[in-house]
Amino acid sequence: MKSSTKSQAPLLEIKDLNVGFDTPEGEVHAVNNLNFSIKAGDTLAIVGESGAGKTQTVMAALGLLAENGHASGQAIFKGNDLLQMSAAELNRHRGREIAMIFQDPMTSLNPYLRIDKQMIEVVMHHQGLNKNQAREHAVEMLRAVRIPDPERRIRQYPHEFSGGMRQRVIVAMGLLCEPDLLIADEPTTALDVTVQGQISHLMGALRDNSNTAIILISHNLGVVAGLCERVLVMYAGEAVECGSVEQVYYDPRHPYTRGLLESVPRLDRPEEQGLNSIPGNPPNLLTLPAGCKFRDRCPEASDACREKPPMQLDDQRHAWRCILGGDT
Amino acid sequence: MAKHSLRRLLGLIPTLLLLLTVAFFLIRVAPGGPFDAEKALPPEIQANLNAKYHLDESLLQQYFRYLGQVVSLDFGPSYQYKDWTVNELIAQGFPVSLTVGLTAIVLAFFVGTMLGIAAALRQNSTVDYSLMGFAMLGISIPNFVIAPILILLLAVYAGWLPAGGWDWGVPSMVLPIVTLALPAIAYIARITRGSMIEVLHSNFIRTARAKGLSESIVIRRHALRPALLPVISYLGPAIAGMISGSVVIERIFSIPGLGSYFVQGALNRDYTLVMGVVIFYGVLILVLNFLVDLLYAWLNPKIRYDQKR
Repeated sequence: MKSSTKSQAPLLEIKDLNVGFDTPEGEVHAVNNLNFSIKAGDTLAIVGESGAGKTQTVMAALGLLAENGHASGQAIFKGNDLLQMSAAELNRHRGREIAMIFQDPMTSLNPYLRIDKQMIEVVMHHQGLNKNQAREHAVEMLRAVRIPDPERRIRQYPHEFSGGMRQRVIVAMGLLCEPDLLIADEPTTALDVTVQGQISHLMGALRDNSNTAIILISHNLGVVAGLCERVLVMYAGEAVECGSVEQVYYDPRHPYTRGLLESVPRLDRPEEQGLNSIPGNPPNLLTLPAGCKFRDRCPEASDACREKPPMQLDDQRHAWRCILGGDT
Repeated sequence: MAKHSLRRLLGLIPTLLLLLTVAFFLIRVAPGGPFDAEKALPPEIQANLNAKYHLDESLLQQYFRYLGQVVSLDFGPSYQYKDWTVNELIAQGFPVSLTVGLTAIVLAFFVGTMLGIAAALRQNSTVDYSLMGFAMLGISIPNFVIAPILILLLAVYAGWLPAGGWDWGVPSMVLPIVTLALPAIAYIARITRGSMIEVLHSNFIRTARAKGLSESIVIRRHALRPALLPVISYLGPAIAGMISGSVVIERIFSIPGLGSYFVQGALNRDYTLVMGVVIFYGVLILVLNFLVDLLYAWLNPKIRYDQKR
């Protein structure tokens, strides 16, 4: 049911988002002038290296930045700007309409509370169910993420679950209120390949059945290809390329995207070629260079790259921030 | 859980035996004896006294005789307080020490954690800095300095409270309890603040916030328990210290607690009294630590024993 009709208003629209952190060394520019939007039923992947600002983008939208962090710009969810909301207003959306699946399953569950307590509180808080109804609902959700014997397991503590099981509990917790927007930060990184597939399948089913929009943050380009329609590539806090999975994977326009794709290990490549990598490191976020942020690592860089490159857009909604790539 | 608790309780016995043995021989090594006075007693009387209290036997004989008494829970007669047995002295002094110590620790726990949480929630604010400044003062000023100051201010100048003495009335309890509690309040406030700040930065608190729970629920349901764990582990030794270590306080406020008997017993070489108090406190400290361990395990599921799988 991929009903992302062009006329539909976006569910979440990020406009000119900047996220910075005050540190003793100066201000860290984690996200810079980011723009993107997602409609109901859409699946958007945000990919990029560690420190590219993927997680902080969604943290800013959910009001979960660390105390030294600050965000400017807009994050318009269903017509209201999340960045302008008080904590109490945010709490009406968080958990109910926007659910977040965090990346670290070992530390994201409260080790001092049983699973049932942690799951039930979401449903009771947002949907006003009583304890028994909430528990039944939670058990059903655990069954859906294939946790065996959920009636018994729900009474256990997080440390009695393996990492993969915990991640499934976190996924189940995110899905409890059937959110309109599910943000999944590396939901499968900690999991076995087989379970990765199951979780990814589960999220796909949720999108198809309840028209949930999904933002998937991932390093795993394989999982992205399996689940998502659109991909946003981030580098040093900026969007460098955005398009459909087909456009970005098969016709990458930004040299960074090409480097990222070539870094994926492949079985069909001759062994003596070894693993590809992009030489160098991402720029220091304290002192971002003017002009193209990828310039120092780019094999195709020229003097023209000292100017900030414009966002180019073709008629197929494929966008990239580079002076090159427009002619193909 | 029950099986484990029993095993741990039995494990206390060798510890106690060691404590008893060391204390027994240590006090005997100290020069002088229970019946030494300014004017030496005539040798015959001295010999009679020694014979009556079996002090003429060999040290080893005395040791095993004493061991036998302790097993039957009889600490023997006091040498100094004639007509009193050690059991009677403990029964008389302990309720007072217990009242002061326990009230002080309960007060310290509630006030300390409350202040610590208040400081943690306003981290690096004026409130935080002033609370922690006072806490530092409370920790560093010894109670034999705090006590006279409080007496001077509240008893002598203001005249609100008695300067000392003990009549089981609330006014006579306030100053000793507050004096005893202040350093513990300060210490608990500091640990609570530190652990609360750490917990509030942990990932599971972020998860709780992402669920849309209000901040007060996040703190009460998710952060409080882990933040209190370090306080609980401090509580075991602290309770014991406050029930037994109030010697100074008892002295300053002239309270007829067990601490004064302890000191008097040691000074007078009142062997049985010192041994009785040492063993009594030993048992108390071990049992309290054991209870705190149980409480800790109850709060922290990860270290619960005998888990049903």
